[in-house]
Amino acid sequence: MYGGGFIGEAEKQTQQDDPKLLAEFEAKIAKGEKIEPKDWMPFDYRKQLIRMIEQHAHSEIIGALPEGTWVTRAPGFKRKLAIMAKVQDEIGHAQLLYSAAETLGKPREQMLNDLISGKSKYSNVFNYPADTWADVTVIGFLIDAAAIVNQVANSKGSYGPYCRALERICYEEAFHLKQGHDAFVALATGTPIQRDMVQQALNRWWEPIMHFFGPSDKMSVHSEKLMRWKVKMASNDDMRQQFLSTYIPKIWELGLTLPDAALVKDETSGKWTFTEPDWDEFFKVINGDGPCNAERLAVRKWAEQTGRWVRQALTQPGKQYVTPFA
Amino acid sequence: MENISLDPRFQRAKLPELDEEVILNASDSFVTFEVFHQKKKGTHHSHVGIVHAPNAEMAMVFAKEQFARRGATSNLWIVESSNVLAMDYTDSDIFDTTPDKQHREAGIYKTRDKIEKYQAELPNTKQD
Repeated sequence: MYGGGFIGEAEKQTQQDDPKLLAEFEAKIAKGEKIEPKDWMPFDYRKQLIRMIEQHAHSEIIGALPEGTWVTRAPGFKRKLAIMAKVQDEIGHAQLLYSAAETLGKPREQMLNDLISGKSKYSNVFNYPADTWADVTVIGFLIDAAAIVNQVANSKGSYGPYCRALERICYEEAFHLKQGHDAFVALATGTPIQRDMVQQALNRWWEPIMHFFGPSDKMSVHSEKLMRWKVKMASNDDMRQQFLSTYIPKIWELGLTLPDAALVKDETSGKWTFTEPDWDEFFKVINGDGPCNAERLAVRKWAEQTGRWVRQALTQPGKQYVTPFA
Repeated sequence: MENISLDPRFQRAKLPELDEEVILNASDSFVTFEVFHQKKKGTHHSHVGIVHAPNAEMAMVFAKEQFARRGATSNLWIVESSNVLAMDYTDSDIFDTTPDKQHREAGIYKTRDKIEKYQAELPNTKQD
C-alpha cells in the first residue's frame, strides 16, 4: 500500500502536542469535519500525511513508466489511445498529489529529491517489469483495481486536500480499470497463444499483487491513532480481503488460474485463505534491490537533469513561492 | 536472469549514465497558480486545484492538460496563488451568528395574518 510498508528510523521521531489543541482536533475529526492546510494539526498527523501522500504521488509517477514503455507497441490504435490516456492520467495524479502534500509544508523539489535519492519510497509493484503486452493488461486491470480499493478508502479520510485530489483520481481510475479489464478479457477469450500469454503474466504478477496492500496487520506497524485520526482508513488485511472477494471471481470466470493452490474462500467467515507471499522479497525490493529499481530512478533522474535548462530558461527571478491554500 | 530493459529510453535512445548528483533547487518547480474551471457558459467558475508554472500563460497550458482533459469545459481562469487574499479559518467565528440574522431573510416577513384580520373586521360593503 502507498506509504504503508516502510517506516525509516528518522521518521519515528515525534513531538509532544498541546493537549487542549489535540482534544479540539480530535473532536473535529470525530464529528466528520475535514482538516484544512491552515488548521492546527498534531505533529504526527502532518508527518504521516506527508509521507503517505508523497509516496502515493511517487507511485503514480513511477507507475507510469512500465506502461509508458508500451505506448509505442500497443496492439492497435484503440489500445494505444487508451494506454496514452492512462499514462497521462497517472502523471496528472502525481501532480494533484504533490500539490496536496505541498499544502502540508514540504516543497515539491524536496519530495522529488527524496525520490531520486531513494530516501522516500513508492509502491513496490512498479519495481517489476512489464515483459509483454499481457503484463500491461494485468497491471491495468488488477493493479489499478487494488489501487482503487485503497484510494476509495483513503478518499473518506480527514485531510481535505488529499480527499479532494482522490475524488478526481478515483473517477479517472475507473476508466483505467475498465480499459484494463477490456484488454485482459480480449486476451483471455482470444487464441490459445493469447490465453497462454495472459496466464503467464498473471502468474508473474500474483506475488507483487499480494504484496500490494502491505504486510499483514499482525506484522506491520499498526497504529490505532492513525485510524482514529482518519489517516489510515482500512487495515491492510481488510483491503486485501476486499480485493480478493471482488476480483478473484473475475479471473476464475475466464477459466484462468492463480498460482496458489491454498487460495480458497471460507464460505462461513467470507474470508479468503492463501499462502503468505514472500515478505522477505517484499522488503528486499522496497529497499532498492528489485528487478527495476535502479532503472526507474535513472529515468526520473535523467528527466530532471535534461529538463533543467528548460526550467532555468523559464524561471522568473523574484517570484515568491507561497504554499497553496487548498 | 539478467533483466533486459524494455524502456525505449534505455534500448534505443541509450540513456546516458549520469555521474553527477541530481538535486532540485528551491523554486525549480516554479510558483503556483490557482485554477478555476467553468463547465458550461453562464455558470460560475469553480476552484479545482493548482498548477506549478513560471507564468500565467504556461499555467493556462498546464491547466488545460490537468483539469480539462475529459468531460465538458467551457472556460478556465488562472490566478497566481500569492494574489489570493485568504481568510484564516480561526477567524471564521465572526460568521457564527450570521444564520441567526433572520431580519435578512424573506421568510420571517409574514403579512397574511394581518391582511386576513383586517378583511374580517371590515364592515360588509358588498352590494347584493
